[in-house]
Amino acid sequence: MRPPLRPTRSSRTTPNSTSKPVQVIVWGAECLSRQRSAPQTFNGYMNTRFPNRYLPYFLIGPMILVVLLFFIVPSAQSLYLSFFRVNTLGTRSIFVGFNNFVRLVTSRDYLNSMLVSLQFALMVVFSGLSLSLFVAVVANQRLRGFAFYRAMLIWPYALSPAIAGLVWGLMMNPNFGLGALLLRRLVGINFNYLTSSLAAIVFLALAATWKMFGYNIVFFLAGLQGLPTELLEAASLDGAGSWQKFWKVTFPLLSPTTFFLFIMNTLYAFFEIFGLVHITTQGGPGQATNFLVYNLYQDGFISLDTGFASAQSIVLLMIVASLTFLQFRFVGQRVHYL
Amino acid sequence: MKSETAVQLPARTQQNTAAWLRNRVLLPLISHAVMIVVVIFILFPMLYALLLASQTPSEYYNLKLLPGTALFDNIAYAWNRINMGRLLANTTFVAVTVAIGKIVLSVIGAFAFVYFDFRGKNLFFVLILLTHMLPLPVRIVPTYTLMDSLGWINSFQALTIPFLASATGILLFRQLYQTIPPGLADAARIDGASPLQFLLHIVVPLSATNIAALFLIEFIYMWNQYLWPLVIANSDSVRMVQIGLRQLVATDAAVEWHYVMSGVLIAAVPPLLLLLLLQKNLIQGISLYEEK
Repeated sequence: MRPPLRPTRSSRTTPNSTSKPVQVIVWGAECLSRQRSAPQTFNGYMNTRFPNRYLPYFLIGPMILVVLLFFIVPSAQSLYLSFFRVNTLGTRSIFVGFNNFVRLVTSRDYLNSMLVSLQFALMVVFSGLSLSLFVAVVANQRLRGFAFYRAMLIWPYALSPAIAGLVWGLMMNPNFGLGALLLRRLVGINFNYLTSSLAAIVFLALAATWKMFGYNIVFFLAGLQGLPTELLEAASLDGAGSWQKFWKVTFPLLSPTTFFLFIMNTLYAFFEIFGLVHITTQGGPGQATNFLVYNLYQDGFISLDTGFASAQSIVLLMIVASLTFLQFRFVGQRVHYL
Repeated sequence: MKSETAVQLPARTQQNTAAWLRNRVLLPLISHAVMIVVVIFILFPMLYALLLASQTPSEYYNLKLLPGTALFDNIAYAWNRINMGRLLANTTFVAVTVAIGKIVLSVIGAFAFVYFDFRGKNLFFVLILLTHMLPLPVRIVPTYTLMDSLGWINSFQALTIPFLASATGILLFRQLYQTIPPGLADAARIDGASPLQFLLHIVVPLSATNIAALFLIEFIYMWNQYLWPLVIANSDSVRMVQIGLRQLVATDAAVEWHYVMSGVLIAAVPPLLLLLLLQKNLIQGISLYEEK
């Protein structure tokens, strides 16, 4: 006998959502926070379950194996290693307690690395988000030719940070780069990213923002197109101007997308830009662009100071963890439109 | 009363004309101007790279802005110098393998999460979500040691297998499957279809757009990997294309920009082509969450 088919009504149905690309992430947040709201299901019905005892384990087994072997265990090992000091040959390791972390906190180079990483992240996230939001709002209009413009904005998403670094390295080449020449002729600025610390970090931020622009635009456009038109029309009828409509209606409604992109861009600025730095400035001039990931690579794989590098891994983990925490708080409390 | 409206009319038309001018002429003009500036800003660096790849050093040091004639020579030189054929083959193999592997594991994983009840379900789900919080730099030293002890240094296993987990994939497909009408699964069960038949014949075809979108995202992600290939794949047989570009830049003498830009063009073409091909799916895959 087959068990009776009983689709069960889920306890609570979530209202229709407005801006959804974010939901991917939001689901993560919700599920980690013990399913704060009921899962959104078709017509409020839960899906039928197949009665099978072993099959589901075979189905998720491969993924779980990869997660355990290459994510969970190595991360735990990072934590373990951060309490040891390994000699350069890797033959002996001595337990040193929190010594590696003390070294981190007291190291002038590491504090500098932290500082320049934060600076860089601030530049990339703020310039990137504000510019792409502005452009997305302009590009979202129904005007002739705008579909073409939109298509022209997305493609840098396919390029690597390393390639972004190379083409902008060319643009800003102090000898013949057109960008650097224009800056010199028009504004009188000598922009040399190979010798000036400020120029180097601005240069990397420029390349990183340019590369991330397409990604941000895609999500902002998706968010904008998902906005309920009734609200905007109502605002127009009430006599709101474009400026007011943007700040009073569009921007608050778009906040989930903005916040999602804020998290993604921050992660990008901290983790994904390794190739960009390694192929262009190599952390220089001096220590000006020695970002956390680059510093970790140098200590772990060039100086082979694995304990010290692992301690840096743990610092990075804490950065990601606090971002995730922030996401829970924000998604859980301030955004009501999901 | 009558005379009042008669007096007001011209004023209102004037106002309307002003509003019409502003909304229908001025704002669109400004919008077009903004978009043209932005598109130039986005396009220009890549076009400039193309220009440089066609020139000789004497041409670009003298700031010639017309395309040169050395494009094919430069590309041929760059191609041979870093063994580009091999790099492209390696990178394609890694990117395709990881993209397909991730899709398969995510589809069956998400299917298990939506269509079965089993012990440890929530724990497994949290474990998979945790991968979001553990980017490579957080675990790079122990992962390298693990590869070493498995004998996987300079191997394709090291470039593919550790990347097969995907929280994004699980969330994407889980979300999609929750929107599939439960009637379909009921009908399949009544007809005596096994869960795997249901998965293969009903669920997978319904996921086509998302599969294409995820393929695009993961292919580009793997194609552009830098840190891990730099650390783990240094022999010619497994080197990936971004590291090849680094070799083009890292010369003892001054950087030969015409060769570097030739390499950049070659390395950029495959992901750009794929984006062009699957762009529709990407946007639909995202806006799928808009519907309902």
